[in-house]
Amino acid sequence: MRNLLNILLRYHFVILFIVIESISVGILVQQNDYQHAGFFNFSKTLGSAFFKKTNALKEYMSLREVNRKLMDENTRLKNMLPSGYLMLDTAFKVYNDTLHKLHYRYISAKVINNSTNKQYNYLTLDKGKEEGIEPGMGVITADGVVGTVGAVSDHFALVISLLNRDFRVSAKLKKNNYFGPLEWSGRNTKTAVLSDIPLHVTIQKGDTIVTSGYTTVFPENILLGYVEDFWITNGSFYTVRLRLSNDFSQLEFVTVVQNLMSNEQKELEGKMKND
Amino acid sequence: MIRLFTRYFLQFILLVLIQVFVLNNIQMGGYLNPYLYIMFILLLPFQTPQWLLLVLGFFLGLSIDLFTHTPGMHSTATIFMAFVRPYALRLISPREGYETGTNPSLHFYGFNWYLRYALILVFSHHLVLFFIEAYRFSDFFYTFARVVLSTALTTLLIITIQFLFYRD
Repeated sequence: MRNLLNILLRYHFVILFIVIESISVGILVQQNDYQHAGFFNFSKTLGSAFFKKTNALKEYMSLREVNRKLMDENTRLKNMLPSGYLMLDTAFKVYNDTLHKLHYRYISAKVINNSTNKQYNYLTLDKGKEEGIEPGMGVITADGVVGTVGAVSDHFALVISLLNRDFRVSAKLKKNNYFGPLEWSGRNTKTAVLSDIPLHVTIQKGDTIVTSGYTTVFPENILLGYVEDFWITNGSFYTVRLRLSNDFSQLEFVTVVQNLMSNEQKELEGKMKND
Repeated sequence: MIRLFTRYFLQFILLVLIQVFVLNNIQMGGYLNPYLYIMFILLLPFQTPQWLLLVLGFFLGLSIDLFTHTPGMHSTATIFMAFVRPYALRLISPREGYETGTNPSLHFYGFNWYLRYALILVFSHHLVLFFIEAYRFSDFFYTFARVVLSTALTTLLIITIQFLFYRD
């Protein structure tokens, strides 16, 4: 007994280290959704007030750039307006459009926290559950894909950035529709990697890569980037490195995509798997 | 005693704030990210009880984790660093030992001593941190390069601050 006490006293530092480090590692590995959301909400209440303040300053500094982007987008949208087209057949008028049903709804949000310097990067948006944002929705800007919503609280949303090693999206070459999974390499914030492109496809540097629209997260043809380099892996597929179209260190305003028909599609696709 | 407590408490707060609001927003090519907050562990006096070192390391890391949404990542690395500190101090102790009334600073023990002190501790922290972050050993050399470069940057920052603000 006395010996045991002596040992405890002698090695109390090492023993205490093992105890505290175990607690910390416990916190680290217990990252299942529930606890992660709990931690997120707690740190949110703590951090969001501060981040809003510092963000107000950053926002002011980048007004010029934001203005330019809004102008660009305005021009693009104006070009799509019916009033921009000359009506040739005056005898024909459409009153109620039953041919097109709304498929995607867009919610604009502001980025209040953003990281690009880690292996698992996240963004925080200033809108959440109350504004209709749900986990699994896609996040884009006029320049391309940003990420997918990972968790939401009442007024904030945590977005898994494209610059996160857990992020996957189905992408395709715009010119010939060959598709494959796209992920971030974890090395450079300006590039990502598209794999599984068959060898008979002709690829050229500068080719445009867009979302395939095969998943319910992103609409089709959202810009991802341009081919920078490509090589053969395992002798059977091309791997393509692309230059990302979005500058992730400059994100200010983003758009969250709500797929109004995602449940319908998932239900239908789920039916097959059940059998 | 109270004055000493207030002083270290303020340093704790200040370093966490600088880390979260300034340094975490800086990135250089995806490789480098300085983690200045660990300077707090370096600043603690020689007489700090060993258990307190570990506890402070835990709370220091956890407060950074709260802001970066990485539960347990920084705390695990910082506890490890706090654990290494007594052994590091013993390893590089000057021949006459450490005098009472002095602090582990560049002013008292000179540039060479401080450089070794900072390098050992910063490296032990960054090594744990970056490998936990990468969650794998497959990219060993890439992660190791990040550890080495970030260690150099953080150490440079710490030594600069020692030169500027800890003159006595």
